[in-house]
Amino acid sequence: MFANFDWDVILRSLPYLFLDGMRFTIMLTLMATGGGIVIGTLLALARLSNIPGLSHVAGAYVNLIRSMPLVLVIFWFYFLVPYIGQWITGASRPIQVGAFLSALVTFTLFEAAYFCEIMRAGIQSIPRGQVQAAQALGMTYWTAMGEIILPQAFRNMVPVLLTQTIILFQDTSLVYVISVTDFFGAASKVAQRDGRLVEMYLFAAAVYFVISLAASHWVRRLQHRVAIIR
Amino acid sequence: MITISNVSKWYGTMQVLKNCSTEVAKGEVVVVCGPSGSGKSTLIKCVNGLEPFEEGTITVDGISVGDRKTDLPKLRARIGMVFQHFELFPHLSVMRNLALAQIKVLGRDPKAADEKGRKLLERVGLSAHADKFPGQLSGGQQQRVAIARALAMDPIAMLFDEPTSALDPEMINEVLDVMVALAKDGMTMIVVTHEMGFARKVANRVVFMDKGEIVEDAPTADFFGKPRSERAQMFLSKILQH
Repeated sequence: MFANFDWDVILRSLPYLFLDGMRFTIMLTLMATGGGIVIGTLLALARLSNIPGLSHVAGAYVNLIRSMPLVLVIFWFYFLVPYIGQWITGASRPIQVGAFLSALVTFTLFEAAYFCEIMRAGIQSIPRGQVQAAQALGMTYWTAMGEIILPQAFRNMVPVLLTQTIILFQDTSLVYVISVTDFFGAASKVAQRDGRLVEMYLFAAAVYFVISLAASHWVRRLQHRVAIIR
Repeated sequence: MITISNVSKWYGTMQVLKNCSTEVAKGEVVVVCGPSGSGKSTLIKCVNGLEPFEEGTITVDGISVGDRKTDLPKLRARIGMVFQHFELFPHLSVMRNLALAQIKVLGRDPKAADEKGRKLLERVGLSAHADKFPGQLSGGQQQRVAIARALAMDPIAMLFDEPTSALDPEMINEVLDVMVALAKDGMTMIVVTHEMGFARKVANRVVFMDKGEIVEDAPTADFFGKPRSERAQMFLSKILQH
């Protein structure tokens, strides 16, 4: 059955697949994770705040994002961001932001909604007494958050945050809809150029599988290392 | 130094503090006791504004706690508090627990904060544990660190919220010893506790609460000798019979 397969195509396209494709995939994953966690944490603080309106706005954003398919959001952003840019800067023509920036903004804002819910659970898992102890020592809201609550919430949630990152890593393949060359996009292009669809898609699947599996094993090991002694 | 006058507090429609008034002079040690759910903890948490209250006033060193204009963090930094469940910061070493607020709140130089922390750790007899994490210490040791952490801020008064109720019996004394020493040094203290031995030994006054009310507020000798209220008598007979 495998007699007609040309596995050599993989070997020939390795530099393109990994140096172009995978580099993009990993860059997008890491940057969107970083940005997503920062924005997600701020959203979580907003959702938990008792400032009237603020928690509703943040909640509405999270619910809106979480009820939309990612592909749709990617599409939307790609076509919308230039016009939003034009509207903000008052330029005469739509601002060309490029596919990478567009993808990065989309994934960051999209993942922020998910990271928000993770961080919210993390913050709520910290006993109320910890907040009171920080307050009793005279700490302001931001000092207590920055020094006491968030570091603990973050460490409790590291496994979940990283699991979400692994999902994000897989989801980045959706950027093919705006013709960006990520790992999957690169594999897809080679597959169609050389007419070797089965080989390339099998290989791509194997690579995603190996990386995701290895990463989740690493997360499991990390889980024990970062745990706070109680 | 601490004046509580006509303080009332509600959780929804349930009134948890009813018109409470008392006063604590500088250097005085006041023990607050009473059955559980009587509002003792709520009352002392009102003193540093951890719990808001709807009616009445509390002033600490002339500053009104309930006033919207009061800078609560600044006021709290001057009042030490010790909690039932210690509430040390589990992600920070003992030393860092002691130094953090000194640096971030009082703006002390990290070196000075460290030195102060070490001195206090020695005072509570835990110098050897400076680099450990709270989770590696016993309950009694954790509570002594918590007391040291509060003292590191050079507080004008200390609030203790059932400091020994979460401890194994054999660890209670090590914590009480530290508190007795503190009282003898002239620290102004409000202590919510069931440790009547401690009250007898160091308290100037005992406040007895029941159902959100201050039922009895008497000098220690009078409270144990001839409590006026029936409820206080019953309470004492129940916890002193063993």
